[in-house]
Amino acid sequence: MSAIVVRDLRKSYGALEAVGGISFEVERGEVFGLLGPNGAGKTTTVEILEGYRPRDGGVVEVLGADPATAEGEWREQIGVVLQSSAMYETLTAREMLRLFAGYYRKPRPVDEVVKLVGLEEKADERVRRLSGGQRRRLDLGLALVGDPELIFLDEPTTGFDPRARRRAWDTIRSLRSLGKTILLTTHYLDEAEHLADRVAVLSHGVVVAAGTPAELTGSVAATEITYRENGREVVLETDEPTRVLHELTTKALAEDRELEGLVVRRPSLEEVYLTLTEEHSE
Amino acid sequence: MRLFRHELRGELLLYTRSRELAFFTFLLPIVFFVLLGSTYGDDTVDGVKGSHFLEAGMIGYGAISIAFAGLAIVLVIRRETGILKRLRATPLPAWAYVSALLSAFLIAFAVEVVAILVLGRVLFGIPFPDRIGSLTLALLLGAISFCGLGIGLTALIRSAEGASAVVNAIYLPAAFLAGAFFSPRHFPAVLRAIADVLPLTYFLRLIRNVMLHGEQIWTQGTNVAVIAAWGVLGVVIALRSFRWEPHEG
Repeated sequence: MSAIVVRDLRKSYGALEAVGGISFEVERGEVFGLLGPNGAGKTTTVEILEGYRPRDGGVVEVLGADPATAEGEWREQIGVVLQSSAMYETLTAREMLRLFAGYYRKPRPVDEVVKLVGLEEKADERVRRLSGGQRRRLDLGLALVGDPELIFLDEPTTGFDPRARRRAWDTIRSLRSLGKTILLTTHYLDEAEHLADRVAVLSHGVVVAAGTPAELTGSVAATEITYRENGREVVLETDEPTRVLHELTTKALAEDRELEGLVVRRPSLEEVYLTLTEEHSE
Repeated sequence: MRLFRHELRGELLLYTRSRELAFFTFLLPIVFFVLLGSTYGDDTVDGVKGSHFLEAGMIGYGAISIAFAGLAIVLVIRRETGILKRLRATPLPAWAYVSALLSAFLIAFAVEVVAILVLGRVLFGIPFPDRIGSLTLALLLGAISFCGLGIGLTALIRSAEGASAVVNAIYLPAAFLAGAFFSPRHFPAVLRAIADVLPLTYFLRLIRNVMLHGEQIWTQGTNVAVIAAWGVLGVVIALRSFRWEPHEG
């Protein structure tokens, strides 16, 4: 059974259609990335799945229940990290975790959560004295303390410095190895590439591409071959890089000529993503 | 019930950790009691000793400070910073959260009342009130009504920054006009007309009648009815427009 099923989900705010009929499924134990620029409908989608917002149309199932009507029992199995890390500033990290642990019937031991999110040294520090990255990790800890099956992470590393992002990625990977299902939204390509088993790219409220990160980079694009000839840059895009490259080098050898600055490149997910989201907005 | 007890412990910890709450809503009535008591405590006010009059006034001021002002500010800040939204994602039911929050504030008010009574006895030699049952009921009625109004007020405040300003602009003049600090008897007619609709006016009359004139609560129909009506109004507004999520942008 899939952890999440979304079919033809629709949601408008007044005249603005935020989500215009999207469908995807997330398998149990999978890390699924919802990727897209700001305003693509990621947060609206996730907040419908979390039970915060009613939908206008479509079918949504999260752990076998409709989030619009599910309560208590269902919430025991869900962990949520929202975009803003709202916490009680005057409590310590450990007290905050203990408070939230008490909301669940079978919480994970608080000390274990502290370790999992790497806050051992800051556990007895007041929340207001934590750095942005530490707060975000504590926020993740709050989502994990109920030992949920499914975890929603809405832009978990936005605003992080590169080191903090790597740390957060390690934590998310360790959750995956615990068998948790994770739905992650991000506008960072490399984040989706590193963490997600499968990705859906959202743009203006619709899914413009879906698949594994490798499939996505493979699907759109051609390989790019660039070199310089007489000081001019030549760019060849091709779906048959082996043949094109062979012809190119054979010819160059025959003419006893060097292909200056020769580069053969597969487009990164980033370029695919830019192409997809731009095409769509035109 | 387990969830209620757990959340109540959390709320009490949060209350004691908050310097703002501790000072502005909890300590300030005690400070005013000591200061004003030492200026006019020995005079006669409205036919009773000044310190006795002031003690009841400061209990009323404490009620509006803690149950109305403190609660409203805390709730707006929690809503606008997204804590309420965060809590909605947990299995903690709304009833357990709200009842634990109110209980924490009622407990804080109870401690405040005891502190004022003990201080009054020690500093100004005021005997403890003898209508304990009526006084307890009156205080409970007032505190719950002010909680209702405090929650209702949160519907009118849209930002965390505005919370203290709006709340202070309401409850400080209200406390003054209703006669928490001084007898309103010699106030200009306009001010007395305003005071005549304030719930605190009726709450102060009620507890002064009980504390200073030995009345029982069941002889105080009008006062009880006006206080309860205000409380119901607050709860109705709260039920109609309470929100868990911050205002966007």
